[in-house]
Amino acid sequence: MSFTLIGKHEKDKRNCRDGYVQAMLELMEADKSVVHVDCDLMNCINTGKLKAAFPDRAINAGIAEANAMGVAAGLTATGKKTWMHSFGCFSSRRAFDQAFMSAAYAKLGVKILGSDPGVCAAYNGGTHMPFEDCALYMSVPDAIVIDPVDYVQVYALTKKLTAVEGRISYMRMIRKGFTTVYADGSDFEIGKGVTLKENGDKDQATIIASGIMVDESLKAYEKLAEEGISVRVIDMFTWKPIDEDLIVKSAKETGAIVTAENHNCTVGLGAAVARVLAEKCPTPVEMVGVHDQFGQVGAQSFLQEAYKLTADEIIAKVKKVVGRK
Amino acid sequence: MYSMQKAEKMQALREFAAEIRVETLKTIGSLGFGHVGGSMSIVEAMAVLYGDVMKVDPKNPRWEDRDWCVLSKGHAGPCAYATLALKGFYPLEETRTLNKPSTNFPSHTDRTKTPGVDLTTGSLGQGMSTATGAALGNKIDGRDNHVYVFVGDGECDEGQVWEAAQFAAHYKLDNLTCFVDNNKNQLDGKVDEIMSHGKGIGAKFDAFGWNVIDVADGNDVEQIYDAVQQALTVKGVPTCIVLNTVKGKGATFAEPSGAHSSQPSPEQWEEAIAAAEAELAAVKAAK
Ligand SMILES: Cc1ncc(C[n+]2csc(CCOP(=O)(O)OP(=O)(O)O)c2C)c(N)n1
Repeated sequence: MSFTLIGKHEKDKRNCRDGYVQAMLELMEADKSVVHVDCDLMNCINTGKLKAAFPDRAINAGIAEANAMGVAAGLTATGKKTWMHSFGCFSSRRAFDQAFMSAAYAKLGVKILGSDPGVCAAYNGGTHMPFEDCALYMSVPDAIVIDPVDYVQVYALTKKLTAVEGRISYMRMIRKGFTTVYADGSDFEIGKGVTLKENGDKDQATIIASGIMVDESLKAYEKLAEEGISVRVIDMFTWKPIDEDLIVKSAKETGAIVTAENHNCTVGLGAAVARVLAEKCPTPVEMVGVHDQFGQVGAQSFLQEAYKLTADEIIAKVKKVVGRK
Repeated sequence: MYSMQKAEKMQALREFAAEIRVETLKTIGSLGFGHVGGSMSIVEAMAVLYGDVMKVDPKNPRWEDRDWCVLSKGHAGPCAYATLALKGFYPLEETRTLNKPSTNFPSHTDRTKTPGVDLTTGSLGQGMSTATGAALGNKIDGRDNHVYVFVGDGECDEGQVWEAAQFAAHYKLDNLTCFVDNNKNQLDGKVDEIMSHGKGIGAKFDAFGWNVIDVADGNDVEQIYDAVQQALTVKGVPTCIVLNTVKGKGATFAEPSGAHSSQPSPEQWEEAIAAAEAELAAVKAAK
């Protein structure tokens, strides 16, 4: 794992989806066994480019997610490295039994892509806003669950996950561009968190975040630094298998944890981190995330305020958790 | 209304449809983008249902003996919002909050938010099942009412549509009518290219034991009206009305391409709304 942090809160010209498409173009070119199955949402993530380049291996299954998941498992049984895509709400909820039995239980490592995670579903509203997609897949034994942050991370992880065999993986993907965190060429290891900021024993707490909350955490870091409060920031893009060693180390060294996620934290990253700490190193934890609520319609900026998925909320929780030490 | 001569009735329905089209465009236009294509194709069918066929009470949206309407293709919400506003369920201005913070008018129809919306939809296929359940519930209670459900031709890719179709025929739900908005397009392109329907959607419903009526022009109120009247006379089986429609019908920026969702420029919005208003004036003048 080697990475370069940019973290200037600037938007990437390249959308996250372009990271997936670019990685897949390279993978499909190099390896005839790589296939993509879509559910009438190619226009949404630009996988039409895959269809144009590899018409017989970029397959549109229509609006039929459960069948698509089963087809993906069958393709995997014939030796294909298969990705299946729909919006996060549908590639989880709508195809879950098929993902569980036909794929995971049968040890057919389908790679599942869920676009528009959490509040990124914005104008599609509550019916399309998954705050539970990762939780569903975290409940599947041996599954890999990933919430990536930018083009560079999506590109790198698409390649890593494609090589995984025999276990399913679920990767969320922001459709449109989001803030650049990493420089090109950064590399990541599945199951290993990335420590983005640390200041040795000055750190009073650790923020463990992923996805869109990484940039909010970096903003919180800066504002807290101005107030003389030093914190550690970790990008925990892999929710499962979670990096237990890094969680325990951060807890031991900083004595307080704040988690931040674009998901229901009672069953998501927050819950996963709290479970590790309860078992291995009891430590005060505060969670930033959606607290067991349904989604709603609106601009992403409005929704981030409505569900308190902001740097300000992270700052408030850092102060609170430090007070609990 | 029931005492009117048929010609007069059709004229009134044409006017209502033209009004719904204008208001649907204004509703989506108030935000600037949205699912124009699939909202426009069902305008005439909604006009027939709410303009004549359905018994509803705008003052009492959950009236037990009402007829039900479910947009299983929930992304056509804006058309329902305009229709229900014109019918008097709430003031028209409210529809202009579409998708704005804390609105009661989200992209997809939501029974907990909008008066007159009977069931919540958005995940395609599900409204077909919930409408079927509602039809069964009404039958068990012996109510003399009817449930209408709209599914998209793309939506018919979902296995759930056919699971519901099988159930409705098995339980002889003749109080259920399904409109298929056969506008030949889904999200990624033409239905025939993305996921074709074998011998046709009508033939599939026929094989599932439904009464099937094919409406050659699904944007013609009279043809729709006649089909619904016929459906209401059929006993012992549910009816499927296949509406051969045009995606984006009457929206100048969307109709030519059959686009699924659109974000036209402000000028294009003005042009489209002006064209729809001119059409409304022309329909009224034809009286
Ligand atoms: C289960 C599910 N999968 C995918 C979507 C995303 N989606 C919304 S509309 C649409 C295309 C619908 O096509 P069609 O049913 O033909 O509707 P119409 O053309 O009438 O708008 C898709 C894929 C969804 N809403 N629900």
